[in-house]
Order: sequence, then C-alpha cells, then structure tokens
Amino acid sequence: MTSIDEWSFARLRSVKDVARDIRLFEIAPDEGAISYEPGSHIDVSVIVGGDQDKRSYSLVGEPTAEVLSIAVKRLPNSRGGSEYMWSLKRGARLTVSRPKNHFELSVGNGEYLLVAGGIGITPIYGMALSLQRRRSKFRVIYAAQSLPDMAFADDLREALGNRLELYPEDSRGRVDFATQIRGLATDAEIYVCGPVGMLEAVKRCWRDEGRPQEKLRFETFGSTGHYPSEEFVVSIPHLGREFLVPRNRSLLETLEAQGIEMISNCRRGECGVCVVNVLGADSEIDHRDVFFSDAQKADKRKMCTCVSRAVGGRLAIETADR
Amino acid sequence: MTSLTEHNRTFPLNAWYVAAWDHEVGRSLLARTIGGKRLVLYRRQDDKPVALEDACWHRLAPLSLGRIDGDAVVCPYHGLKFNSVGRCIYMPSQDTINPAATVRTYPLVQRHRYIWIWLGDPAQADPDKIPDLHWNDHPDWTADGETLALACNYRLVIDNLMDLTHETFIHTTSIGNQAVAETPFETTHDDAGVTVTRWMLDIESPPFLKRQYGREGNVDRWQIIRFTPPSTIVIDVGVAKAGSGAPKGDRSEGFTGYVINSITPETENSCHYFWSYARNFARGDQRWTTELRRGLDRVFKEDQVVLEAQEREMKARPEKRFYELNIDAGSMWARKSIDQMLQAEAASRTPPDVVSRIEGTGFSRRTPPKAKQAT
Repeated sequence: MTSIDEWSFARLRSVKDVARDIRLFEIAPDEGAISYEPGSHIDVSVIVGGDQDKRSYSLVGEPTAEVLSIAVKRLPNSRGGSEYMWSLKRGARLTVSRPKNHFELSVGNGEYLLVAGGIGITPIYGMALSLQRRRSKFRVIYAAQSLPDMAFADDLREALGNRLELYPEDSRGRVDFATQIRGLATDAEIYVCGPVGMLEAVKRCWRDEGRPQEKLRFETFGSTGHYPSEEFVVSIPHLGREFLVPRNRSLLETLEAQGIEMISNCRRGECGVCVVNVLGADSEIDHRDVFFSDAQKADKRKMCTCVSRAVGGRLAIETADR
Repeated sequence: MTSLTEHNRTFPLNAWYVAAWDHEVGRSLLARTIGGKRLVLYRRQDDKPVALEDACWHRLAPLSLGRIDGDAVVCPYHGLKFNSVGRCIYMPSQDTINPAATVRTYPLVQRHRYIWIWLGDPAQADPDKIPDLHWNDHPDWTADGETLALACNYRLVIDNLMDLTHETFIHTTSIGNQAVAETPFETTHDDAGVTVTRWMLDIESPPFLKRQYGREGNVDRWQIIRFTPPSTIVIDVGVAKAGSGAPKGDRSEGFTGYVINSITPETENSCHYFWSYARNFARGDQRWTTELRRGLDRVFKEDQVVLEAQEREMKARPEKRFYELNIDAGSMWARKSIDQMLQAEAASRTPPDVVSRIEGTGFSRRTPPKAKQAT
C-alpha cells in the first residue's frame, strides 16, 4: 500500500555549523511550520546520484511558528543524504513532509532517563525541553567522542543545569549504563538515540537488570555500524551474479541498482522485510539493524540488506528469486 | 490529451477472474458486478455460459430484469433481444434492426468447476493462462466450496492467504496453534508467481487437521502457498506422522488437502471470494465433503470479520498507510506482481472500454494528427 505523505514546499532560512561535522538547518515551509510532539521527524526530498530519494531527520528543539530545525552530521561514507544537505545554501528550495513520529514521549511517567549518542541528540533535545516544561523527573546522558562533537551542549547546559550529564569519551570514558539503570525507579522509562553499539549496550544492560522491554524506547537512524563502512563484493550464486557494493551505498540499494528484484519497507533496519539468506562470508558481518536478536546476528545466516554490510571481503547471499 | 487510463484501479483487466461457480449460472439471469462492470450471466441451450453487459443498448434498462428466450436475452422495457454475442436480433415496431445495437460481451471459459471471465482486451484472452486448479474437478480428489461476498478490496484477502501466521490468532479452534506463528518460513518468487513454504516438524496437530488425519500422536505439518497473479492462491496443506519422511516427499502416513482460493474484485471496496477444499482421502464420501465445507466456511467467516474491519478503518483513515513485517514478504511479492501487471496495462495502448469515448470527441485512432508543414 502506498504511503500518503503530505509534501510541502519550503525554503532554507539559515545554515549554521553547531559542532564538528554537524550543521543546523532552519527550514521555513511556505505555509508556516506545523506543530509537532517531541521525538518527531520530517522526511526531506534529496537528490542522490542524480535520482530523487528521501531522508528522515529528527526535529530539533520545540516547535516554532515559522521554521522546522534539523541537524545533519556529515558522514565520511555518506550514502548521499548528508552530502546533498551540506551542499545546500541559504535560500535553497526544499520539499519536506509533514512531521511524523515513531519515537513518542509518554506523558506522566514517574521517571525518565534520556540517552543521546552523538547526532542522536536531535530527537532527545526536544524531549528534554518538554519534560522540563512538564516538571517531570528526568536526566539526560549525552555521550560522544569528544566535546567539540557535541552539538547544543551549551544550550542544553543552560536549560537543564545538572540534569544534563556530558560524557565526552576521550576525557570521561564510556557511560556505565548498568549503574545508571540500576539507580532508576522501578517504573522508569529510558529513551535512547545513538550509534548502534551504544544502543545495543543499553538494551543489554536494560535486559540484564530485568527491566520491562516496552519501557525502553529507541529510535534508530540505521546509519552507523560496529565497523566503518567498506566496499565489499557480493555474490549471488543461484543468479550467477557478482558485483561490488560501494562503501557509500547500502547492499539493498546496490542490489536494486543491479536489477535484482527486492522488497523493502522501512529501509532502516527495523522491519525485517529486506532480509536475505547468507550463504557465506570471508569477513565479519556488520549487523546494523534492530530486527534480529543478538543470537540471530551471531548465527550469521540472515541479514538485513538495507543497513547491514560485510566488512570488506566477499559475501555470498541468496535472494528470493527462483 | 488527458490520460485515458482508469484512475487508481487496483486490479488488472487483462487477466482471468472467476465469475461464478459452474452451478451458479443456468437458464435464469444472474446479475453480478465483476471488476466494476455490471454484468448478466446465463447459459445457452447448449449449456455454453454467456456474459453480457447488464444494460440494454437502447435506454440502459438492466437485461437481468428481463427473461431468457432460447439463446437470447429479452430486455424488460421494450423487448429488444440480444443474442449470446451481444448482437440485437429483434427490436419492436420496425422491419429492420439498427446495426449499432450491441451490448458488450466478455469471453468466458468453464474450467475446474469455475466460470472464468476476461475483462480486458478479448484478443489477449488465452485460456492457457487460466490458473491450474485441477484438484477441484479430478478423479483423484474430492472437492467442494463456497463463495464469500466480502466488503473489502480483493488484495486484503491476498494478504490474508499469503501469510498464515494469523491462523495462530484468528483460527484458534481449528487450524491454528502456536507452531504456525513461531515457525520460520521461506518465500521465493519466479516468473509464474510466489511461493511461501512452512514446515512444522514434530508438533501437535490442530483440530481441523487432526480429524482428517484420524490418528493420535505428533505430526509433521506443511503449508505450501502458491500465488498466481492476479488473485489465485492454492495452498497445499496436510500432516503426516512425525518423522515419517514428509519433508522428503513421503506423505504416505498422512493426508493432503488443497485449499483453493480465487478472489475476484467486485468493486474497489468489495470482492467475490471463491474458495474450495480438495482432499485425497475418503474420496466420494459426501459426509466428509459436507462437514469439511461447513468447517472451512466457519474458518473463512472468522477472517471476514477482520478483513471487513480493516477496510472500514482504511476508509476512515485515508492518511494512514500499512507497515510491513517480515511475515508480509509473501504478500509484498504478490502485490508487486499485481503492480507489474497494472504497469504493463497502463503502458500499452488504449483499453477497448474507452474507444467509444475517444471517437465521441472526434479524435480518430486510425488517422494520427498531421504534422505541421514547414514553410
């Protein structure tokens, strides 16, 4: 069933670099900015490799009447989205969707822990302000490689005071999630957005502490992995096909570009529709999805083609064609 | 020039659809809407089935309100008679017959106990393209079924049959148990269609299958779903004694049933769901046939509740879309192949339906507009 997106025209009101490799875009829709709930995102129409595509970006901060703000990290192996966004200048025309929300913040819970890793601060920022406004009991843990990588750190410090804990890894090391979680009230909720490694660490600690799964909320951008992206060879023996997957294209995109019929839905590692059977790999498989369990990932028999990759080397897969 | 393709049609026209069961069409007039077309069906004296547009050429009175005369249909209003190829053979108060007086007729083929209809370009109506449902009418099998009128788009039924995980949750007292929802499955596709295969080994047999199996003890159970576009699905089902070799092809210690399904769009929001169940045991035993038919009727009515509710909710929320899970792979491939049929139709030349509209606007298909002369 096709989605019914309401797209509207907009103009880029301003661009501003807010951290190392992170740029803030203020987008002014022609008909004014629609209000939205914390955790929301918009889709932006982008041009990648000459073709039209779309990318989702979390809305930063609280709603305003005129602009929708997003922050985009420039990735070294960008699949083209951040590259396109960073090429835009003030005044550029954009087509954006209305705000949507897959990462809703509950109302009235006893205690909240918000965890942001790197660019994952983008949906967390608005959540923190909202909880502050509602006088809820909450804390924010904001982790990144180092302080210059942390966008909005100053604004958040000013707004939240000591409810904000900064964890630049180079000076403070990694967050001890087990301890952080242990100290929470029994009905506490945790909201996480960040790189897949951090998300998996939080999920494991949450589970090990016996916390209910539905109280852990997360949003995945599907853009990072346990390893940097490398090009690798994929072979499909039953079709007699073999080709290179470039480091800046996903396995799914490459299969589609090569004329191999695929089905997909979320295209960010959540739904499990684009799964293929793995026949063999001479290197590691970087599972970047949230669909498979830890055990299934260790099994190495299936993978999500939209986000997961082989770490170089040669990967043999089987698709649904017969 | 405005687009002449029908807006947002979800079913291809150039395909065979089941119009009726063999027994539904006879020497009386049956009015039925198929693919948005309002039709009348009947049989000639030589038993050949006929489908005509259910509207008189003259003033659109439904022919289905008239009567049969020999091999022709008589309009209830002014008595115009149309033969089985839709040509007028009588009109009142004149000696001659207006040669333009015709009603559209549609190719019909009776096969596998169904009457199949081709709604699109009659020149493409190749009977070899009728799906193979031979189990419905074969000495090695005994089969019977019903028609279910559903208030939902036909593709919702396809979704339902391509993913049988729902058996665990909807059909809890008959064909579902935990095993179905928990067992992995394999989805493949080829030029002819889509296949979804599930083997559940060494499990307890659900009631509907256990009765047919007729024995105690664990079983190996299979479901092999085969989709043929646009809307026919055959499911090879059964159980055999656990470990007796069914996955390798030895079904001797069990039974096989075929659930036969062909869904015909009525409108965009309703469909005729023709189904049948064929079995290879107790052949010819009418008691089994009736009990199985009634049992499955109850099962499909459990689906009806959910499918019609989905349709209502979709209508109430036009801004909403479906999300897909891994279990939906079969239905996604099926819908993809339907979309490919629709795209092929859109790309091809004008469908026959709209020819009269073009000629009404003065644009002739035979003579393209003259290129402007360079001076």
